[in-house]
Amino acid sequence: MSKTATANPPAKSAAPRNIFARSTNLYIFFVLIALIAFFSLISPNHAFFDRGNFVNIAWDTAEILLLAIGETFVIITAGIDLSVGTVLMLSGVVASWVIAQMGGPPALVASGHFPNAGTAIPLGIAVAIVIGGIAGLINGTLVTRLRMPAFIVTLGVFSIANGLGDLVSSSGAAGQSAIPPVPESFANTLGNGNLVFGLPTLVVIAAFIALVTHVVLTRTLFGRRTFAVGSNPEGSRLAGVPVTSHLIWVYTFAGFMAGLAGILDLARFHATDIQGHSLDNLDAIAAVVIGGTSLFGGTGSILGTVIGAFIPTVLRYGFTIQGISSFWQDVVVGAIIIVAVLFDQIRRRRVT
Amino acid sequence: MDVATPKAAILEARGISKTFGRVTALSDATFSAYAGEVSAIVGDNGAGKSTFIKILSGAIAPSGGDFLLDGKPVHLTSPQDARDHGIETVYQDLALAPSLDVASNLFLGREARLPGILGRLGFLDDRLMRARARQELEDLQVGLSSVSQPVFTLSGGQRQAIAVARATAWGKRIVIMDEPTAALGVRESAMVLKLIERIKQNGVAVIMISHSMPEVFEVADRITILRLGRTVRQMRRDETTMTDVVAFMTGASVEFVQEIER
Ligand SMILES: Nc1ncnc2c1ncn2[C@@H]1O[C@H](COP(=O)(O)OP(=O)(O)OP(=O)(O)O)[C@@H](O)[C@H]1O
Ligand SMILES: [Mg+2]
Repeated sequence: MSKTATANPPAKSAAPRNIFARSTNLYIFFVLIALIAFFSLISPNHAFFDRGNFVNIAWDTAEILLLAIGETFVIITAGIDLSVGTVLMLSGVVASWVIAQMGGPPALVASGHFPNAGTAIPLGIAVAIVIGGIAGLINGTLVTRLRMPAFIVTLGVFSIANGLGDLVSSSGAAGQSAIPPVPESFANTLGNGNLVFGLPTLVVIAAFIALVTHVVLTRTLFGRRTFAVGSNPEGSRLAGVPVTSHLIWVYTFAGFMAGLAGILDLARFHATDIQGHSLDNLDAIAAVVIGGTSLFGGTGSILGTVIGAFIPTVLRYGFTIQGISSFWQDVVVGAIIIVAVLFDQIRRRRVT
Repeated sequence: MDVATPKAAILEARGISKTFGRVTALSDATFSAYAGEVSAIVGDNGAGKSTFIKILSGAIAPSGGDFLLDGKPVHLTSPQDARDHGIETVYQDLALAPSLDVASNLFLGREARLPGILGRLGFLDDRLMRARARQELEDLQVGLSSVSQPVFTLSGGQRQAIAVARATAWGKRIVIMDEPTAALGVRESAMVLKLIERIKQNGVAVIMISHSMPEVFEVADRITILRLGRTVRQMRRDETTMTDVVAFMTGASVEFVQEIER
């Protein structure tokens, strides 16, 4: 009997921690590759298979990916965060308001000149991230300390952030009836700058954060606790895992990511679109679910989420090049989500 | 009925009570456990056994009563607190994280970190944890093909063995088990009972809840009987019989139980 335990070769012990999460990744990765190959082959002159096209796809995916990374941690704990999209919007609006207020005299700011940009921009960034973090902290605290369902709490914060964002943006700034666009220097570096290999700054930042969070999730105590809490919260508590504070950290992190995404979105588009983010939460959740993270908690990966975030964008670009209505993208993505959840259910049956 | 013994109890609970709103789960539970002995707690469904050992293991706070460790009064405020006193528990529902692998479950709440700066940043030493987990399971003669497999891939008996192994790996003084064999087949039950014998021989005080009288009479040195949240008897195994124990458990007369058994 003991032989089976010892005869186990070291190579085997380095095997993937969760075979099922891993195999889902692989499966969904092939779907992504197949889609890219398919669109590359059928597009006129293989227009899809083009560096510029791929860069644009990555650029469009990066922002949702930032939200989806925070959402991955939340969903692994068997929670949900519906507020990330409007928190992104609120963070962006408040940041642009702060930058306009602190940027210089109202007349100059209105004409696009920001003499104090050097202090206004970092302050705006800090405020956006703090707002995101506070929204997450509120979510986490209500979910844990008051034992409220995450679905309801984050729906409430979704609505509150939406309303506050509207209020701030319509109150205007720097003597204007609306908030003026952010300084060009900010937009050109963080928003539209090319950091390395001619890749947009936003893409590089998102890739870096994906890498770091992947390591955090798979190699650190924070990651292990995230899985444990999602897999068996009461068991984790009995085993000495600080479940409440861990969950609060996870929600705060998701809010922080929304704040960061708010800043990058602001830099890219010069102003925050008030209406344009109300469905971001669903896009983020879709990316996580397509990527094989279980809504039941306890399993999931950043790698899967990255792939899951790319699939809707690839479909949209592919359809656009083919001249197919982009509404079909919604239909196909919806079908993919349903299939992904179906797989989740089947796996779930094996777990219990 | 107190047992005259020269040996001092490692753990003593006196007059423990617990109410959940209007439900009285325990009213007057008294119990003692001794190093190197197996103390069984028996009682009917709802007698308060699980509640009692959750109190012993710090998972819930008692409404009243005294708790002594090595004769000194203690207040256990959390499972962590109990663990710091060398008390480990195998809960009835095992409290394992099914999607985590075996090694991670053995180290749940006590994860080993890498040495140096990486460890301080929170990086885990999975290699060390797997090696230790393999060693621990080997010592307990639990057969498993890999400590890297998720717990949900294991059989009920294997899961039980992991939960027991986790408790014995860390519980240096007192190991508490709530129905450790309830979900197991004959062979797997025998394995767990052997585990209990082995840790008892290491001088650990084992506290065990069981519904199976033959099992209790096989491994227990002492038997405490709970009925309706109250300790009705504490005895040595060799002073009593299964028929007596069942009679005390149910509140029926010995004659009635003998009648039923016939
Ligand atoms: N969290 C709780 N809230 C309310 N009542 C509870 C709670 N936990 C236990 N009880 C009640 O306390 C009583 C004792 O329950 P307990 O689980 O300790 O019994 P038990 O002896 O372990 O039973 P079993 O043999 O079925 O495991 C029962 O009436 C139960 O319904
Ligand atoms: Mg019980």
